[in-house]
Amino acid sequence: MSALIVTSLSVRYGTHHVLRDVDLDVRQNERVVLFGPSGVGKTVMLRAIAGLEPGAVGQVVLAGRDVSRDPPEARHLGMAFQNFALYPHMPARENIASPLRARKLDTAPIAAKVKSVAELLRIDHVLDHFPRQLSNGQKQRTALARALVGEPKLILFDDPLRNVDAKLRYEMRIELPRLLAKRETAAIYVTQDFREAMAIGDRVAVLIDGEIAQFALADEVYDRPATIAIARLFGDPPMNLIAAHGQARGSGTLVRAAGLVFGFDAAPPREPVFGIRPEAVMLFSEPETGRVAAQIVAVTPMNERYLVLLRTEDGTELVASHDTPPPHGSHIWIGAEPGLGALFDAATGLCVAAAPSSEEIAA
Amino acid sequence: MILKSLRGVALLLVVLFFMFPIFWIVVMSLQTNAEILSLPPKLIFPPTLMNYTALITGHLKTSVGTLNIAFMHNLWNSFLLSALSVIVALVLGVPAAYAFARYKFRLGEDMAFTLLSLKFAPPLLVLLPLSLEFQRVGLDNTYIGLIWIYQLITLPLILWIVRGYFEDASPDIEYAYRVDGHSWLKGFLKIAIPLARPGIAAAVVLSIIPTLAIALYAQRWLVEGLSLGAVKG
Repeated sequence: MSALIVTSLSVRYGTHHVLRDVDLDVRQNERVVLFGPSGVGKTVMLRAIAGLEPGAVGQVVLAGRDVSRDPPEARHLGMAFQNFALYPHMPARENIASPLRARKLDTAPIAAKVKSVAELLRIDHVLDHFPRQLSNGQKQRTALARALVGEPKLILFDDPLRNVDAKLRYEMRIELPRLLAKRETAAIYVTQDFREAMAIGDRVAVLIDGEIAQFALADEVYDRPATIAIARLFGDPPMNLIAAHGQARGSGTLVRAAGLVFGFDAAPPREPVFGIRPEAVMLFSEPETGRVAAQIVAVTPMNERYLVLLRTEDGTELVASHDTPPPHGSHIWIGAEPGLGALFDAATGLCVAAAPSSEEIAA
Repeated sequence: MILKSLRGVALLLVVLFFMFPIFWIVVMSLQTNAEILSLPPKLIFPPTLMNYTALITGHLKTSVGTLNIAFMHNLWNSFLLSALSVIVALVLGVPAAYAFARYKFRLGEDMAFTLLSLKFAPPLLVLLPLSLEFQRVGLDNTYIGLIWIYQLITLPLILWIVRGYFEDASPDIEYAYRVDGHSWLKGFLKIAIPLARPGIAAAVVLSIIPTLAIALYAQRWLVEGLSLGAVKG
């Protein structure tokens, strides 16, 4: 049984369609990331699932129960908000206990459950503090504890790490999947940070202009973005997109981009664009067959990696990203990691094929 | 150093100047009629509580005879009227303020503004037609009639001040409470109202002040509320 099945969910504000016939399913204990640029309807989608969008049309089935007509209080979800949304006039303990109070549990079990979840999140020493006395990290954990305490089958996270500092974000990125696995809870996690999406999501749903543009395993979205738009959004630095020449060869296509040649198992697209991740751009200090001469334009260290901006002889600019510094000298040779890269059609914006075979450069 | 003490002296003079009328009223309240009217005014006199006794008992004994004054009755009337009209305004105004803050509906802004505009209207403008009309329907000289009229003053005040407080509180806090499993009404009573409480207190005090100065009672909220209320208008 799925934790959540959403069928043709639509939300309209006046004449503006925020969501258009969106389908989504979340399996038990699965973490699905809802990824997309800001203002694309990610939050609206979460709110619609939680029952907070009165105008939402479509079906929402939670753990086999159709809740499409149910108010939020009858859906038994957990939710963590971007701004924490703690109750300022209640101490952390009461904030966390709120879902249990709603179920009219007795004092003793409430105290026990609050204590156990607070220990899990390491905030048991600040339970008597009011939200204004908590640090941002503690606020974050209190909000998380409140979402977890009722042991919901599904928790909705609305970009909960957006407003916290980098260190905390890094910690939570590692801790959250562990927590969710421990509590056996499925989750939908909204973010516009692809690193977070990769770290947290089993599957990633990319939402663009109110529609799900791709819903696949995180690695697949990374290696084979379904559209050029996704390739531009998902990744930092994003995938290199190079205008290419395609030429039919048997049932496949021989693609030439930036002087490199690849074979793809698909008919040649109308306007071929070759996409390659910066990590898949290999740098060499020596020429060899299959390598192309390039010039280093700039080197930028970023997150213990080196971003290298390159220009090939035909004027194509592309970015390489590696954890070692590039070879010395401004003139180097580049190649592509075998099997990585994707072929798009700029006319339709769609991905045509991925995982190319390496080809010898035809003279 | 000298400058500092000069500044102190100057401040003291200013305070004395502005406090003098109040001081003089206090002094007069402890004098008899004759002493009050004597020229030059006396600063040394045998103090009397006669005036206070007269106010409380309702009989002022003078050399000419006894004068009946209905001060306590009027005070009680004022208190009752302002209390009742504020309660009515709260019951009507707070939910309305919430609705104006949280929901967009047709003519919503127009309604809110119309209510506010009642505060701009000079009271004299409505005095004559209203009293004539009230006489016709038998509402003149009744508490209900007055409480009704007081809504023209208190309702817009409460509506507009409290609305600002509801708008300042993030709706996510109420959403979170509902997702926790609480009904809308419970969220309104346990989250929205407590968060708007300083605003509600300020609005209550501001609507009562015109008739009563019981403000000291709520001093903590008053100071906070007044300063915030002043900013929000």
